[in-house]
Amino acid sequence: MQYSSLKVLENREVAKNIFKLKLEGKYNVKPGQFFMLRSWEDEPTLSRPFSIYDKGENYISFLYEVKGKGTEKLAKLKCQDTVKVLGPLGNGMDISRIKGKVALVGGGIGIAPLFYFAKKIEAHVDIYFGFRDEVYGIENLKCKNLYISTESGKVGYKGYITDIFNPFDYNLVITCGPLAMMKKVKDVCKKTATPLYLLMESKMACGIGACLVCTCKTKDGMKRVCKDGPVFKGEEVVFDA
Amino acid sequence: MLNISLWGKTFKNPVVAASGTFGFSREYNEIYDVSILGGIVTKGLTLNKREGNEGIRCFETSSGMLNSVGLQNPGIDYFIENELPFMKTLNTIIIANLGGGSIEEYVQGAEKLDKSDVDIIELNISCPNVKEGGVNFGIKSNIAREVVKEVRRVVKKPLVVKLSPDAEDIVDMAVTCVEEGADGVSLVNTFKAMAIDIYKKRPVFKNVFAGLSGPAIKPIALRMVYEVSKAVNVPIMGIGGIKDYKDAIEFIMAGASLVQVGTANFINPFACRDIINGIENFLKEEGINSINEIIGVI
Ligand SMILES: Cc1cc2nc3c(=O)[nH]c(=O)nc-3n(C[C@H](O)[C@H](O)[C@H](O)COP(=O)(O)OP(=O)(O)OC[C@H]3O[C@@H](n4cnc5c(N)ncnc54)[C@H](O)[C@@H]3O)c2cc1C
Ligand SMILES: Cc1cc2nc3c(=O)[nH]c(=O)nc-3n(C[C@H](O)[C@H](O)[C@H](O)COP(=O)(O)O)c2cc1C
Ligand code: FES
Repeated sequence: MQYSSLKVLENREVAKNIFKLKLEGKYNVKPGQFFMLRSWEDEPTLSRPFSIYDKGENYISFLYEVKGKGTEKLAKLKCQDTVKVLGPLGNGMDISRIKGKVALVGGGIGIAPLFYFAKKIEAHVDIYFGFRDEVYGIENLKCKNLYISTESGKVGYKGYITDIFNPFDYNLVITCGPLAMMKKVKDVCKKTATPLYLLMESKMACGIGACLVCTCKTKDGMKRVCKDGPVFKGEEVVFDA
Repeated sequence: MLNISLWGKTFKNPVVAASGTFGFSREYNEIYDVSILGGIVTKGLTLNKREGNEGIRCFETSSGMLNSVGLQNPGIDYFIENELPFMKTLNTIIIANLGGGSIEEYVQGAEKLDKSDVDIIELNISCPNVKEGGVNFGIKSNIAREVVKEVRRVVKKPLVVKLSPDAEDIVDMAVTCVEEGADGVSLVNTFKAMAIDIYKKRPVFKNVFAGLSGPAIKPIALRMVYEVSKAVNVPIMGIGGIKDYKDAIEFIMAGASLVQVGTANFINPFACRDIINGIENFLKEEGINSINEIIGVI
């Protein structure tokens, strides 16, 4: 983990309100890990967490959706600007342990970390990505089969990705996206007893495990999303009713 | 130049990491060597392990944040066995922050900490995030008096009482704590505050209220430190929204011998280190030989 100022190599809008940000830097990063980013001085107060989306020899990249104050500031970044970056953070996943057939189920901007999982997993990977309307972030995506859904019907199946996802064929499922989607995925995986990993989200302050504001409820008590997660076992996480 | 001797201990500089923002120091120690700090206050500790609050625990506000952690901590025994040995390898002063819900709980916790290797005990009578129908000991001086008296009875180590800015009269509160034997006071804790989700038409936090910290509270915290410093003769740790060396020096000039840095660690993970360097440069540039020369000059 280090705190550095990194140079912007690219910051491009790849779909409406969706940007790809590429920063210069050499890192060892596990899929599921994230970085706290900050391209501003005082406001907003807190830095913002973003998952590793892709990485090369000399760069790390992120895929982000413009939502509020922080991401609006990120969207204004130009080449050669600098961003303060803390990371890599979080547990991430040890890819060497993944074997057999794997499904990655993502919704909306939740596909960002799954892109890097797909790149790193050596096993058979099928991808199920759901979008609202426009499809983004799947250039150079590595997988066996790609299933896309859009709520508008613009591309692929019209509806939710969970309508067409069946965990039965898989040895492992990894999911990231809106809470409602992840709950659904958890329910179907429970029925087929398919091992599942969830990438949880939470408002963060320190990002490194020191302040305890980002906890989620688990069977073993409250755990820090930023340090004990963001990757949690499916059966571990307790969703509030 | 930055050395300060208090309570028979030497702080190498006046910058201390604030309770609840620095964990048990392991995490920040991965980013920089935290032994450079004057001191470190632990996460608030209670006699028994606590899970803390459920639901949203953090909400950002203009120049600050609200938190509702609810004293999640592994309990004092676990701390002494598993966290303190690591903290003692750091070359800095270790201050245990003690929380509680009843006088008995405070006293039993204090007894254990007093026997441990911590250097100082900071008695937190002011956590706004724990309800349980318990009293908030930090509002009324006569209620605080009881806790401080009982805890003082069992604590031989230096005892600092951490005050709530929500106290009815912060000066009277400080005076009361000192009368009951506090060796110092630290102020302020977070301000009781709230936020409302206008779409869901309900408070953001399950507990309704949460604690406000960060740059937004600095001018009020500074005023309180100034007023208290005029009324008591014990050392003061100034806390509240300190984010750079200028803020720190303001608190020191207002009467704080040490400053604690909390939320600023989230804004800049190097905040404490940068503040130490900034104070040193300031003293050099101003031709001041020792930090002691500017404590309480206002
Ligand atoms: C581990 C992790 C990894 C992440 N990875 C990515 C990623 O790869 N790509 C990506 O785009 N995002 C990612 N996120 C989410 C991202 O961090 C947030 O979208 C970002 O912080 C938003 O910041 P903002 O300032 O733009 O928006 P904010 O101003 O913070 O608000 C965003 C939206 O949420 C609403 N909101 C804010 N607070 C609350 C609240 N308490 N209750 C209800 N609504 C609220 C706001 O009104 C607004 O519409 C990740 C989050 C985590 C925890
Ligand atoms: C996330 C968080 C957790 C905190 N936990 C504690 C605690 O356990 N005990 C305590 O005495 N103060 C706690 N505090 C209060 C801080 O130590 C400090 O008094 C307050 O945040 C004001 O300082 P600041 O503006 O520099 O953050 C906490 C503050 C934050 C932001
Ligand atoms: S954000 Fe501080 S512990 Fe997770």
